[in-house]
Amino acid sequence: MTRNGIPREIEEQLDKTNVTPSRREFLRNAGMFAATFSAAGAAGSFVPEAKAQTAAVVSSDGAGPYPDPDFRQVDSWIVIHQDDTATFYVGKTDCGQGTGTAFRQIMSDELDFPYDRTTCIMGSTDITVDQGGSGGSTAMERDSWPMRRVAAEARRVLLEMAATRLDVPVDRLTVKEGVITETADPSKHVTYGQLVGGKRFNVAVKGNNINVITGVAAVKPVQALRNVGQSPQRYDIPAKVDGSLKWAVDVKLPGMVHARNVKPPFAGAKLISIDESSVRNMTGFVKVVSKGNYVAVVCEREEQAINASRRLKVRWEKPATAPFPSSEDLFQYMRSATPTAVLKPVVVGNPDAAFAAAATVIEADYDIPYQGHTAFSPAHALADPSNGLMTIYTNDMKSYGMRAGVATFLGMPRDKVRVIWMEGPQGFGRTAADDAGFEAAYLAKEIGRPVRIQWMRDEETAWDTKAPAFTVKVRGGLDASGNLVAYEYHGRAADHNHVGYNEPDTVLIAQLMGSRRAKPASGSSEIPAEMYAIPNRRMSRDVVSLPLVWETPVRTGNLRDPNGPQSTFAAESFIDELAAAAKTDPVEFRMKLLTASTTDDASFRRARSIAVVKAAAEAYGWDSRPQPRPVASGDVLTGRGFAYAFRGQTIAAEIAEVEVNRRTGHVWVKRLVCAHDCGLVINPEALRHTVECAMLHSLSRALYEEVQFDTEKVTSVDWVSHPSLRHADAPARIDVVLLNGDPNPNRSDLPPYGGGETACKPLLAAVANAIFDATGVRLRRVPFRDARVLAALKATRV
Amino acid sequence: MSNVTLKVNGSTHILDIEPGTPLLYILRNDLGLQGPKFGCGLGQCGACTVIVNGSAIRSCITSASSVKGEITTLEGIAKGGKLHPLQQAWIDEQVPQCGFCQNGQIMTAKALLDKIPSPTDAQIREGMNGVLCRCMTFYRVQAAIKRGAKAIADARSSVKSEVTA
Repeated sequence: MTRNGIPREIEEQLDKTNVTPSRREFLRNAGMFAATFSAAGAAGSFVPEAKAQTAAVVSSDGAGPYPDPDFRQVDSWIVIHQDDTATFYVGKTDCGQGTGTAFRQIMSDELDFPYDRTTCIMGSTDITVDQGGSGGSTAMERDSWPMRRVAAEARRVLLEMAATRLDVPVDRLTVKEGVITETADPSKHVTYGQLVGGKRFNVAVKGNNINVITGVAAVKPVQALRNVGQSPQRYDIPAKVDGSLKWAVDVKLPGMVHARNVKPPFAGAKLISIDESSVRNMTGFVKVVSKGNYVAVVCEREEQAINASRRLKVRWEKPATAPFPSSEDLFQYMRSATPTAVLKPVVVGNPDAAFAAAATVIEADYDIPYQGHTAFSPAHALADPSNGLMTIYTNDMKSYGMRAGVATFLGMPRDKVRVIWMEGPQGFGRTAADDAGFEAAYLAKEIGRPVRIQWMRDEETAWDTKAPAFTVKVRGGLDASGNLVAYEYHGRAADHNHVGYNEPDTVLIAQLMGSRRAKPASGSSEIPAEMYAIPNRRMSRDVVSLPLVWETPVRTGNLRDPNGPQSTFAAESFIDELAAAAKTDPVEFRMKLLTASTTDDASFRRARSIAVVKAAAEAYGWDSRPQPRPVASGDVLTGRGFAYAFRGQTIAAEIAEVEVNRRTGHVWVKRLVCAHDCGLVINPEALRHTVECAMLHSLSRALYEEVQFDTEKVTSVDWVSHPSLRHADAPARIDVVLLNGDPNPNRSDLPPYGGGETACKPLLAAVANAIFDATGVRLRRVPFRDARVLAALKATRV
Repeated sequence: MSNVTLKVNGSTHILDIEPGTPLLYILRNDLGLQGPKFGCGLGQCGACTVIVNGSAIRSCITSASSVKGEITTLEGIAKGGKLHPLQQAWIDEQVPQCGFCQNGQIMTAKALLDKIPSPTDAQIREGMNGVLCRCMTFYRVQAAIKRGAKAIADARSSVKSEVTA
């Protein structure tokens, strides 16, 4: 263990730069921690006296407390070392999309420092500022801005230091790659390391919240960025392929024990009794911990805890009424349920009159089941209760939120809890509603030893947070010329009591213990973004609830692009249905509805949409014709489908080419194309990879994924009962085209928009549209497993 | 408890373990070899893959005491400080997203190439089909296997030509 109270190998990995003194000492001695206990500090104003007070109450290393690093100090973000290397500390986490690499690129650009001499540290609440961790594709769009502005300010300050050192005015200095030179006399130069290496900047920036902080310096025009737009390899990958990376699952502490949960076997079950004698004599047994309906077994070794959790005899009482309909009956139930929340509709023009006057009216219902996160590794965390503090090692993508949530949950002061973020599987929203960290902390406090907990596969697949099921009704009216003149969309989501981020009163252990909030969250549903200029339209949405609201495995939370794949599946499938009704090529049909107007919104989404739709069609080699194609002979039918969407300011158009086996119903997506515009691209290669994987994640949702349940429990609990995309499903070819469709492509302030999630959105519809093109059969219920496709083909005699 | 002898990555370990303990927990918690990961405990996902006698096996459902041959883990495939060609191919193709499944992808690919040095696309798909990835890196995994296979073949032919020269 280090003086910082964590294993040395973990500290070296967290802070590879060997800052002397330690990172926390570095911040503390300069009074760089924010005054979290001061009302003035909490309100956001800068109070030097309070800072000094904070510094005074900080005790020795390892013992805490752990106040927040002050985001208004340059030193909280950037440290320059004597050997002319730099460490960037950011309040983010990286779920595998390479955002850490991108932060290094953009910060080294603003700092004018060599990229390959930088390191990025993220997500540990005691040594990095709180940017909330990751989520919502905000890494570049929102969170790179304070990083850029602080780095620009650091550069400005370094130039001033150099001017003093070299006795030359700033305007006669040139800075390149961390070396400042007198322009007229290159023999006079000084490096960043010589100026501030190992020392503090002691420079404050201003701003009431972390997202708006700024110094005096302006950020560079995008044309001056050198690392941005390049594709350095992701720095995290080598340790992931040679086995040397220490993940959150890998942390070992002296004296640690292992825990496993014992979940109720039926949703809504009530604990009657526990027979501890069933496990008391097992080797390594430590304790059974239970409160309310929460039960866990703790043992010395991991396999002992697994065995004991299986052997522990617990009596449960089933609830008097069924917690939910079976997944077979889900959509019938949802359609007839009374909404728990009705959201304000969007109405433009006069849809009723337009429908009455339309030459052709069609309508369709689309059903998307609950789909789980089913992270590759089940939830896990290790909590250390030493010294009356709580340190949690976790892959929680919002580690800062976990810190606040656990402090409230345990009734501990916030600055006595620290959360150390380490790498883990995926993210995608599941680890922002992270149950295991709360459980580990609770058990550690109960046992008084470090506790590592991990869920089992069946537990994770059954009880993780789910994307809500949707049932969507869409209606459209065409005039005699095939123009879309009336449109109606109603999206209904089973999303009542949607679980938020690391909330101490909605996290599963709190629900099971009975310490939950009084009022469930109302949840949300979704209407499609206003992509098309349809003159008369009504778009409405509401939310329904399953009978059981609390302590249920069928609980909803955010899953990558929350609600986007569901609503876009319906909306973009239906646009194709309308195109088919109008006997028009579906890309042409969309282009007619895409009226470019720079007044639509500030980021020119329609103008950029036109560019993206065209780029996708061109990259694919799209030939214009109405769909479906005449059904071919032979066992394998081929077709192609198009769909497009935007999420926030980012636009993606996707084309799927499919082979449908007429005998088996099996669908293989042979080729995928995505044209993608997210403004300024930081690392094209990492973005392409992210887009590829986002499309394939949605492909897995399109073809395979569904949470299944009977009327008392989830029955899809492993990789057989809950299938996922596999190697055999991988397309033979994927093309990702990154473009900048801004009406002024050379603007110097081109911002980066979100890159992580938009590509998830259109893919389900693109696949359904391709299956329609190949077979003439319209699939309106996800997923398109072989049996469902085959039944649909047979029903229409294809 | 009983004594079990395990040969792992060239070292021999004698351990006193509960009979039936899955190999995965011994490797991870006793020997500090954490390349293999827990993903399902059911032998369904491949996260825990190690190589024994040339075959990729699932250590989460293999009792440690039943293993007779030498075990190779992800930590043991680099030789002389040099990455295995597949590991290098994984970096060159920038395969991982989160990376949690990649132990299973790389170890299964290694066992595949040790048996079939130049697999066809269909053989790669079939040979790798039991290894899941929830970030969906399959497309790049398959590209990296082809790149790795080529690198291994190139290295062999350059050794051969050195011998014949």
